[in-house]
Amino acid sequence: MKQDSNLPLEYSTETNEMNILGFWIFLGAEIMLFATLFTTYFVYVDRGVGSGPAGSEIFEITPVLIETILLLTSSFTIGLAVHAMRINRVKAMIGFMIVTLLLGAAFISVEVYEFIHYYHVGATLQTSGFTAILLTTLGTHGAHVTLGLFWGIMIIIQICRNGLNARTANKSFIFSLYWHFLDVMWIFIFSFIYLKGMM
Amino acid sequence: MDFLDRFSIPPHDDPMLYASIVAIGLVSIAIVAGVTYFKKWGYLWNEWLTTVDHKRIGIMYIISALLMLFRGGADAVMMRLQTAVPENSFLNAQHYNEVFTTHGVVMIIFMAMAFIIGMMNFVVPLQIGARDVAFPRLNALSFWLYFAGAMLFNISFVVGGSPDAGWTNYYPLAGTEFSEHVGVNYYNWALQISGTGTLMTGINFIVTIMKMRAPGMKLMKMPMFTWSALITNLIIVFAFPVLTIALLLGTFDRQFFTNFFTTTDGGMDMMWANLFWIWGHPEVYILILPAFGIYSQIIATFSERNLYGYKSMVASMVIISLLSFLVWVHHFFTMGQGAVTNSIFSITTMAIAVPTGIKIFNWLLTMWKGKIRFTTPMMYSVAFIPLFTIGGVTGVMLAMASADYQYHNTMFLVAHFHNVIIPGVVFAMIAGLIYYWPKMFGFMLNERIGKYAFWNIVIGFCLAFFPMYITGLNGQARRMYTYSEATGFGPLSMLSFIGALLLAVGFVLIVYNVYYSFRYAPRNVGDDPWNARSLEWATHNPVPEYNFAITPTVQSEEAFWDYKKNGYKLFNGEIKDIHMPNNSGWSIIFAGIFFVFAFFFVFHVWAGVIIAFLGIIGCMIYRSFEKDDGHHIHKEEIEETEKKFGGAE
Ligand code: HEM
Ligand SMILES: [Cu+2]
Repeated sequence: MKQDSNLPLEYSTETNEMNILGFWIFLGAEIMLFATLFTTYFVYVDRGVGSGPAGSEIFEITPVLIETILLLTSSFTIGLAVHAMRINRVKAMIGFMIVTLLLGAAFISVEVYEFIHYYHVGATLQTSGFTAILLTTLGTHGAHVTLGLFWGIMIIIQICRNGLNARTANKSFIFSLYWHFLDVMWIFIFSFIYLKGMM
Repeated sequence: MDFLDRFSIPPHDDPMLYASIVAIGLVSIAIVAGVTYFKKWGYLWNEWLTTVDHKRIGIMYIISALLMLFRGGADAVMMRLQTAVPENSFLNAQHYNEVFTTHGVVMIIFMAMAFIIGMMNFVVPLQIGARDVAFPRLNALSFWLYFAGAMLFNISFVVGGSPDAGWTNYYPLAGTEFSEHVGVNYYNWALQISGTGTLMTGINFIVTIMKMRAPGMKLMKMPMFTWSALITNLIIVFAFPVLTIALLLGTFDRQFFTNFFTTTDGGMDMMWANLFWIWGHPEVYILILPAFGIYSQIIATFSERNLYGYKSMVASMVIISLLSFLVWVHHFFTMGQGAVTNSIFSITTMAIAVPTGIKIFNWLLTMWKGKIRFTTPMMYSVAFIPLFTIGGVTGVMLAMASADYQYHNTMFLVAHFHNVIIPGVVFAMIAGLIYYWPKMFGFMLNERIGKYAFWNIVIGFCLAFFPMYITGLNGQARRMYTYSEATGFGPLSMLSFIGALLLAVGFVLIVYNVYYSFRYAPRNVGDDPWNARSLEWATHNPVPEYNFAITPTVQSEEAFWDYKKNGYKLFNGEIKDIHMPNNSGWSIIFAGIFFVFAFFFVFHVWAGVIIAFLGIIGCMIYRSFEKDDGHHIHKEEIEETEKKFGGAE
C-alpha cells in the first residue's frame, strides 16, 4: 500500500483518506438524525405533554451535571489520546483511550440511574408524547455512547496486538471523531432539553 | 398454537391469496431445484452473491428492480381490473387497501430506488475512470440490505398480512387501532433495513465521486450522469435519516405502545405526515435527478452534440436539491396549517418548476440542429420531454394551495405523480438499460422489438393515466375500491384498465427482447456501438473486471468523443498490476441476519430478536478484526484480456 510520509499516519494511505471523508459524511447524516429528534422534541415539549408530567417537573440537575462533566472530560481525554498517537506514544495513547471509555461507562451508569428516576416519577415511554420523545432522544444518544464503548474496546485490542500502523491509527482517529460528535450532541441535549426545560 | 397463530394471514376468504402462496412456494422450489440440478451453487456464490464488483452489484440491483417492477405491476393491474367497471367485486375493500399500499411501496422503494442505484453502481465508476467505488464491501452490504428489506416486505402477504395504510402510511390509520395485524410492522422494518442500505450507498458514492475521479477530471468536467449521482447522493444523506427516525417512532407506537402519532396523551398524528414528507419530497427528487442524468447522456449521444448549457444543468440540479427540502407541506395543504404557511410552501413548490424548466430547454436546445438518431433509448428520451412537461404543469396546478382543496386526494393527483414518475423515472431507466446493455453484457438488444415495446408503453401510459385527470377533476377520490354507476367514472376507468394492459404488454415485450437478443443478437458489437461521447465508452464491451487497463487521463467534458475525433490522448503510460478488493460472503450473511432480526421484531418474538441481535454484533466484531488487503490482477493477465478485445491502446 502506498504511504505518504508527509501526512499523519491516520491519513497516510488513500484508503485512510477515503475512510475519514466517508466518516465525516456519515456524521452529516447523524446530524440530520439528531436534528430530526430535536425538532420532534421541540414540537412535543409544550404541546405533547397530555396528562403526563412536563420537563420542569421531572428533570434533576445533579445527575445531569455529573453526566455532562463526565462526557466533556472524556472528550478531552480522547483528544489527548489522538495527540499521543501523533507523537507515537502508544502506551500513553492506550491509557487515555481506556480513561475515555471508563468515563463513557460512568456516563452511561448515571444515565441509567436517571432513567430509573424517570420511571419512578411516572415518566415512562408510554406516558405521553413528550416523555416518549424525551426518552427516545436521550436513548438514541445513550445507545450511540454504548456502541462507542464496544467499538473503543475493539480498537484498543487491535492496537495492543498490532501496534500503531496505518490501519489502527485510522480507526482510532475516526473513533475520536465519533466520540467528539457525541459530545457535541450532548451539549445540545444539555442546553436545549435540560437547561431550557428547567428554566 | 398461540405462538404460530401470529403468522397466519387475517381472514380474506380469498382463493387468489392461497393460489399465490402455492405459486410462490412452487417457484422457490423450482429455483432451488434448478440451481442444484445445473450445479450452479458454486458459481452463484463465488461470482455473484459474494461479489464486491460495482458492475455486478449494479446488475443485481437492476435484476431485483425488474422483479419488483413485475410484482408492483401485478398489483397495478389488479387495481385497474377492480375499478374497470362500477361496483366490481374482484377485490374487497381490505384487499384493495393492501394492494395499493404494496404497489406504492414496492414501486418507489424497491423498484425505482433499486433501479437508479443499480444504474449509478454500474455507470458512475466507469464514467469517472475508477476501478470500483470507494468502499466496495460496504457497497455489497448496501445491496444485500436493500434485498433483505425487499424480501421482508414481499413475504408479508403470505406470512401475517400486508400493510394496508397506503405507501404514505398515515397515522392514526397506520396505528394499531385501525391496522391491527402486523402489516405496518413489516412496512416499518422493511423500509428501515433497505433505507440503511441506501444511506450507505449515499456515503459511498459521494466519497467515490469526490476522491476517485481520473486525473484531469475536474468537477466541472464530470459527465452529467455523475453530476446527477453526486447531487442525488447528497440528498440521500440528508433525507434518509429523517425517514429512519420517523420509522423508529412508528415502530415504537405500534410495538411499544408509545404516543407519538396517536391522538391521545399528547400524540400528534400530523407529526408523522410532516416527517414522512420531509423525507418524501426529497425522495421524489432522488428518483428524478438520476433520470435527468441518464437523459442528458442519451440525448447528447444521439443528437451528436455536446450537452447544451452544462453549467446551467449543474446549477439547476443544485437549486432543485436545496428547494426539495423546502416544499414538503404541499402534500397536505388541506390539513389546516393556515394561509401563511400554505402560501409560503405554495411559492417554494412553484419555484422548483423553474430549474426543472431550464433543464427541459437545455435538452431541447441540445437536439436543436443536432443529427438526431431515433434509436430506442432516444425515443424514450424524446417522449419523456412533452409527457414530463404535462406532469410538471399539473404539479404546478396542485401547488396552488387554494386550488389543491379541489384536487387533493383525487385521481388528479394520482395522474400527476404517475405522469412525472413513469415518463420521468421509468422511461429513463428503461432507456438507460438499453443504452448500457452492451456495456453490461456485450451484445445489443433488438431494436425492432424494443420499438414495439416502446409504443405499447407510451400509448399504454397515456391511456392509463390521462383519463384520471378527468375523473379526478370530476371528483373521483383516490384509493376507493369501487364506485357506483351513477358517478359516470365507468367508461374512463375502463380506458385506464386497457392502458394498464398495454403497459403490461410493453414490459413483457422488454423481457421477451432480452430472451430474443440473448439467443440471436451478434456478439461482436465493438466497444462503441452508439457512437457515444463520455468516458465510460472507452472501456470494452462487456467491461472487464478491472474496468480500465490503464487509468485514463481526462482533458475535456466529453473525454471519449474528443479522444475519437480530436486526437486527445486518453491512456498514457503502460499496463501495471492492478489492485482489486476481495470477494466476501460477509455482506450477504450480515444482511441475512438483519432480515431474521427484523422478521422476529415484526412478530414480537423477543427471543429471536435477541439471538439475531447477538449475531449482528458478532458480524461487526468479525469485520472489525478482519484483515483483507485485496489482491492484484497481474500485468500478464490484463494484457491477455486486452488482446482478446483487440489490443490495448
Ligand atoms: C414541477 C415540479 C412538481 C411540482 C410543482 C409538484 C407538485 C406536487 C404537489 C403540489 C403534490 C401534492 C398534491 C396533493 O396531494 O394534493 C404532489 C404530489 C406528488 N408528486 Fe409532485 N410535483 C412536481 C414534480 C414531481 C416529480 C418530478 C415527482 C417524482 C419523480 C413527483 C412525485 C409526486 C408524488 C409521488 C406525489 C404524491 C404521492 C402521494 O400523495 O401518494 N412530483 N406534487
Ligand atoms: Cu412533493
